[in-house]
Amino acid sequence: MDFSLSEEQKDIQKAARKFAEGEFDPDYALDLERNGQFPSKIWKRACELGFIGIHFPERYGGQGLGLLENALVVEEFCQQHSGIGITLGLADFGSEMILRFGNDEQKKKCLIPITLGESVSSLAYLEKDKGDAITSFNTIAIKDSNGYVVNGNKSFVINCTLSGPMIVLCRLGNVAPEQHVALIVEKGSARVSASMVEGRVGMRMVPMATLIFNDLKVHQENLLGDEGQGRFQLLNFINEMRIEAAAIGIGIAQGAFDLALAYSKQRAQFGQKIASFEAIRNKLADMATRIEMTRLLTYKAAWDWDGKGGNFRLSYMAKMVSAETAFEVAGNALHIFGGYGYIVENQIEQFYRDAQMIDILGELGQTQRNLIADQVIGKI
Amino acid sequence: MNFDLTEEHKRIREMTRKFANEYILPRAEEMERTGEYPYDIIESMGEMGMMGTPFCEEYGGRGGDWVGMHLCIEEISRGDPPLGGLLDVNTSVVGQELYVFGTEEQKKKWLVPIAEGKQIGAFGLTEPDAGSDPGAMRTTALLDGNEWVLSGTKQFITNIGLENASVVLVTAITERREEGNNVISAFIVPKDAPGFQLGKRYEKMAWKASATHEIILEDCKIPKENLLGNPSRGFSQHLSVLETGRISIGAIATGLAQACLELGLSFVRRGYPSLKSLHQSQTVPFKLADFAIMIELSRMMYLKAAWFKDQGRKHTLEAHFAKLFASEMATKIAGEVLRMHGLYGSLDECPISRYFKGAKLLEIVEGTSEIQRMVISREII
Repeated sequence: MDFSLSEEQKDIQKAARKFAEGEFDPDYALDLERNGQFPSKIWKRACELGFIGIHFPERYGGQGLGLLENALVVEEFCQQHSGIGITLGLADFGSEMILRFGNDEQKKKCLIPITLGESVSSLAYLEKDKGDAITSFNTIAIKDSNGYVVNGNKSFVINCTLSGPMIVLCRLGNVAPEQHVALIVEKGSARVSASMVEGRVGMRMVPMATLIFNDLKVHQENLLGDEGQGRFQLLNFINEMRIEAAAIGIGIAQGAFDLALAYSKQRAQFGQKIASFEAIRNKLADMATRIEMTRLLTYKAAWDWDGKGGNFRLSYMAKMVSAETAFEVAGNALHIFGGYGYIVENQIEQFYRDAQMIDILGELGQTQRNLIADQVIGKI
Repeated sequence: MNFDLTEEHKRIREMTRKFANEYILPRAEEMERTGEYPYDIIESMGEMGMMGTPFCEEYGGRGGDWVGMHLCIEEISRGDPPLGGLLDVNTSVVGQELYVFGTEEQKKKWLVPIAEGKQIGAFGLTEPDAGSDPGAMRTTALLDGNEWVLSGTKQFITNIGLENASVVLVTAITERREEGNNVISAFIVPKDAPGFQLGKRYEKMAWKASATHEIILEDCKIPKENLLGNPSRGFSQHLSVLETGRISIGAIATGLAQACLELGLSFVRRGYPSLKSLHQSQTVPFKLADFAIMIELSRMMYLKAAWFKDQGRKHTLEAHFAKLFASEMATKIAGEVLRMHGLYGSLDECPISRYFKGAKLLEIVEGTSEIQRMVISREII
C-alpha cells in the first residue's frame, strides 16, 4: 500500500494549480458568471497546455494518463474557481464514450480537436419526460439504407451550442426487442433546433440547451460501437463521470474551506479572531476531515478505474460522499463569512451554488444511495 | 390549553395566503431575476394593514397582536421571503422600537406612516467591524446645540434603498468611558438628513429585490428631538426589538420551508415518470414526512414565542429556539427539495432555486446560529 502521489502526478497537480492561479482572474470570472458565458480564452489556453483530454492516449492528442490525473487537474481548477473549473472539467463531456467504444477513425476525428481547443463534446441523453430514468429514451432512430433518421427531444444537453461532436442516445425504432444506439452527430445541422436554458443555481458558464431532432440523418459510420450497446456505453460513461464529478466536489469543498479558513483568521469579533472560537474551530476541523475522507475515496475510485477498468460501487460511493461534502463544507464556509458570504464579490457564494450541482450532475439527485444498496444487497 | 387560532388570526392567515398566491408568487421569479423593487406589492401590503398589525389604531396600526403579525409574515414569506424580511424590519423591529420607546410626537411623525405602509423603516446596527459583536461599534453622535451630529458607517441596511424608506434607526456612541461600557443612544435618522449618504447597493447571491445598502453618516445632522428613548439605553432598546425580529425570522423560515415542502409534494404527486418508483418507494416520501414534522415544529415555536410576547411574558428562549431551529431546517429542506428535482430544480425558472439561494441567509441575519446558541446556552446553564 502506498498513499503518495507519484512525482509526475505531483507535477501535474502543481502545473494545474499554477495555471488556475494565473489565469482565473476573479473579476473576469465574475463577469463570465454574471453573464453565463463560456470561458473561451481560458479553455483554449488549458487545451494548449494539455489539461483537456489529459486521459486520452497520445495518438489521440492526450497525455496518455488516467482518470486519476484528470481528477487531480479538475480538483485544482475547481478549488481556484468552481465556475470555471466545472466548465473546463466538462469541456470534454461525453468524449469518454468515444474514447472507450469508438473505432480508430472516430477517435481521431473527434478526440484530437477536443484536445486542441477546436471543439468541445456533448452528450444528449436526458429527456424531460423520462426523469431520472437516464437510460430510457423516447428519441427514436429509424434505420434506413445509409444509416439512421433521428426524431425526438433531449433536455439539459451540455455544451451543445458550441462546435464539436455530440453523442445522441436513441432507441432503435424498427427493431424488436428494443435496442439502444449511440450516434455521433455533428452539431449545427438545420435538423436540430436548440433552445438555450438560461439561468441556473450553479454551473452557470456551461452552455446548456434543449434540443429537438427533426428527421436528422446520421450516416452508418457514425454509429458508436455496435447496435444495442448504447445503454451499456452510457452507463459505463456515467460511472466514469461520477468520479470526475466527485473530483469537482473536492475542489469546491477545498476552495470554500480555504476562503473560510483565511477569513476566520482575519475577522475579529468580541476582541478575538473568530478562528479562536470553539464553535468555529469545530466547524473547521469537521470540514477538513470531510474533505480528506472524500479525497481518499475519490482517488481510490479513480485509481481502481485506471488499474482495473472500473468498480461501479466505488464510483457511486465517491459521488455520493463528495456531493454531501461539497454542500456541507460550502454551506459552513459561507456561514463563517456571515453576511459577507452573500456578497457576490467575496466568491464564497459561488462555491455554495456550484456545490449543489454535484449531486444532480447528469441525473436526479440522491440516486447514488439506491445504486449502492443494489450493489451491497444483491439478490434478496 | 388551546391550539386553535382565533377567528381574527384565521382571517389574517387566509387573507395573506390568498394575497401571496395571487400577487406575489406569480412574480417572485421575475423579482429575483431583475432585482426590481415591487412597489405595488409593498403598497398593497400597507393598504391591507399588514405593516401595522400589532400597533394600536391611534398610531396607524390595526390593533392586532404579534401572533397575527407572525402568521402574516409566514404567509408572505411562503410567497417570497424577502417581502417577509421587509415586514420583519419595518414592523417587528423599527415600528416596534418607535412604538415602545418613542415620544408621542415621534410616534405621530414617524410611526404612523410606517404602520400604514406609506413609508418604510430601516434598522442600523451592524458595522464593518461590528457584526455578531455589536458592542464593537464605532459610530458616534455628538450634541451640537440643537442638533446631533452622527459619524460612522452602517452595513447591510435592509429596506433603506426603497424610494419610500423614510428613516433608519441608528445606534451611536454618545459618551466614551475609560472604564465600563460606552454610553450608546438610539437615533431616528431621516433619509434626507444632511450628511446622510446612501452607499452602494450590495450585489447578493439572492434576496435581490430586497433593498439592502451600506449607509455612510458623514457629519450627519439631525434635530435634537430625534433621540429615541432612554439616552443611555439605546443599545439594549435595539437588542430588545431584535428579540422580536428573531421570532419573525422563525416565521420567515417556516414560510420558506412550507413553500419548499409544497414544491416537493407537487413534484411527487405530478407523478414525474421516474418518481412513480420513488412514490412507491420510501426515500423521498420519508424525507417529505420529516420535512412536514420540522415545519410543524417551527410553526409551533414561533407562535409560542409570539404568544408569550402578547402575554407580556419573558420569551428570550422561545424566540431564539424559533429562529435557530427554523432557519437551519429551512436551509436543509430547500437544498433537499432542490436536489429531489434534479437539474430542473437548479434552473432559475424553477421556484425551488430561489428559495434555496435565499434560505441560508436566515441562519445569518439578526444573529447567526452561533449567537443564538450563545444566548440559549447562557440562559439554560
